[in-house]
Amino acid sequence: MLRYIIRRLLMTVPTALLVAIAVFVLLRLVPGDPAQLMLGDTATEETLAELRRQLGLDQPIPLQFLYWLGNVLRGDLGRSITNDLPVLPLIVDRFRVSATIVVAAVVLASIIAVPAGMLAAWRQNSPGDLVIVAGATLMLSIPSFWLGLLMLLLFGVKLGWLPVVGYVSFAEDPGRALAYIVLPIATLTLIEIGVVTRMARAATIEVLRLEYITHARAKGVPEGRVLWRHALPNAFAPTWTVIGLILGNLLGGIAVVETVFTLPGLGRLLVDGIFARDYPVVQGCLLFTAIMYVLVNLLVDLLYPVFDPRVTAE
Amino acid sequence: MRRRFRLRANALIGGTLIGVLALVGVTASLWTPFDPLRINLRARLRPPSDLYWLGTDEFGRDVVSRLMAGAGTSALVALLTVMSAVVLGVFIGVVAGFVRGWLDRALMAVNDTLLAFPGILLALGLMAVMGPNKWGIILALGLAYAPSVVRVVRATVLSVREREYIEASRVIGNSEIYTMMRHVLPNCTAPIVVLATSMFGWVVLAESALSFLGLGVPPPAPTWGNMLAAARPYLDQAPWLSIAPGLCIALTMLGINLLGDALRDRLDPRMAAA
Repeated sequence: MLRYIIRRLLMTVPTALLVAIAVFVLLRLVPGDPAQLMLGDTATEETLAELRRQLGLDQPIPLQFLYWLGNVLRGDLGRSITNDLPVLPLIVDRFRVSATIVVAAVVLASIIAVPAGMLAAWRQNSPGDLVIVAGATLMLSIPSFWLGLLMLLLFGVKLGWLPVVGYVSFAEDPGRALAYIVLPIATLTLIEIGVVTRMARAATIEVLRLEYITHARAKGVPEGRVLWRHALPNAFAPTWTVIGLILGNLLGGIAVVETVFTLPGLGRLLVDGIFARDYPVVQGCLLFTAIMYVLVNLLVDLLYPVFDPRVTAE
Repeated sequence: MRRRFRLRANALIGGTLIGVLALVGVTASLWTPFDPLRINLRARLRPPSDLYWLGTDEFGRDVVSRLMAGAGTSALVALLTVMSAVVLGVFIGVVAGFVRGWLDRALMAVNDTLLAFPGILLALGLMAVMGPNKWGIILALGLAYAPSVVRVVRATVLSVREREYIEASRVIGNSEIYTMMRHVLPNCTAPIVVLATSMFGWVVLAESALSFLGLGVPPPAPTWGNMLAAARPYLDQAPWLSIAPGLCIALTMLGINLLGDALRDRLDPRMAAA
């Protein structure tokens, strides 16, 4: 067990390093001189040279990378060009908003979708299964930002129950905060139910065909117990991996939902940064989100043996 | 029996939806009811009527015409993206799987790094570098999705190359490249087709998401994604603008998902049992 954990932790270091290199190289591909971008067209040749020296742009590229990496490891992601604020606190602040929505949606979706998928698998090819599979495939096909718009149209515009634009943080007013995030959470939950249901169904079907299930049934174990005690633990492990992937993918693609619901999240910060050519912010957001994705996958892998102890036995 | 029926129904519904999309896309390049780009400020935000079947947008442009033109753009972008991802992925995957050694290790290290990014995030980063335009999206999404093709192709090549008929091809004196092209590659077709089909769906979704964010095909050229983005401020005045483009994306995705399921069941015998 300990060896598995240590090996998995060590594997993360080179991945994180390669991710950092990729983000660094990507932003170096941007045409133009970063110093010129930061200071604008009015800058004199002296101030440009001064800033280039400050940023280390007069150094060779590998040295620049090490310099940047050193700063990143000390938690310094630079300053935003648009408002001169340090990038990391900005990101952490916005990340809270995105993380709340994404985590809530994934938890809710799993609570609904795993039993639904198992139920469909248990009565495979029955009308109930057909309805669940059709529903899941439909949810899989609807883009999140459209479902969000439809939700706003129904609950915001037509019924007038919930606000259409804006955001209030939990620290300010928990009740009103909830009113602003309930629709985004509902939207993402509905979308992700599709993927998780299909995975849970496929995994359960595989497990239900195994001999130990037939054995349990032959012994006279009630069907409910066969499903929950015997099938679920083995069917949940692959589903768990998919849930982890979804969590990471949602963080990467959260910008569209934040745009629909005008939420000040991490995705919106990245997109606004791209529009404003605020490269420290773009670089910081990309790095932060990618590292989060790596960490989520790490967490999923570390928890995997809890659901499937066989993986550590190898 | 029932499963068979469901497969047929999946393939039929999915095939019809995609067929209609292709037909509309081709028709749009020849004819649309109105010019999708023509601004008519006297007919702004008109609700659906006999003249404008799905109403007009904030510039008085006909929604049906714009949806048709958008179908063409989406289908073209998705097709070119999937093709570039597959060509790039197959090339790198076959080289890595067949040559092996240090080249394989180096290629896979880079590949796994790219896989460490969620696809849409990588595309966002690349769009930041390239700026919003049609060719930028194709390149960005192609690069973002090629790594998963590399993985699948390399894995298949690794398992195929150990087979006896590959050995036989070498023994009778065929060159490595001939063996690769003639015997290894054809055996990778099934998983590539399955992957490419679902990838077509991811790309349609990713392209409309990027356009929705304003990082895709730039206006005034219509895409379903940028039509939805433009509709957001008029949600209460002109709700029809928010409904039609999303429905088009959803139907396309549904078609691809159904077709993909049917294909996977047919081509992937392990899944077919389920």
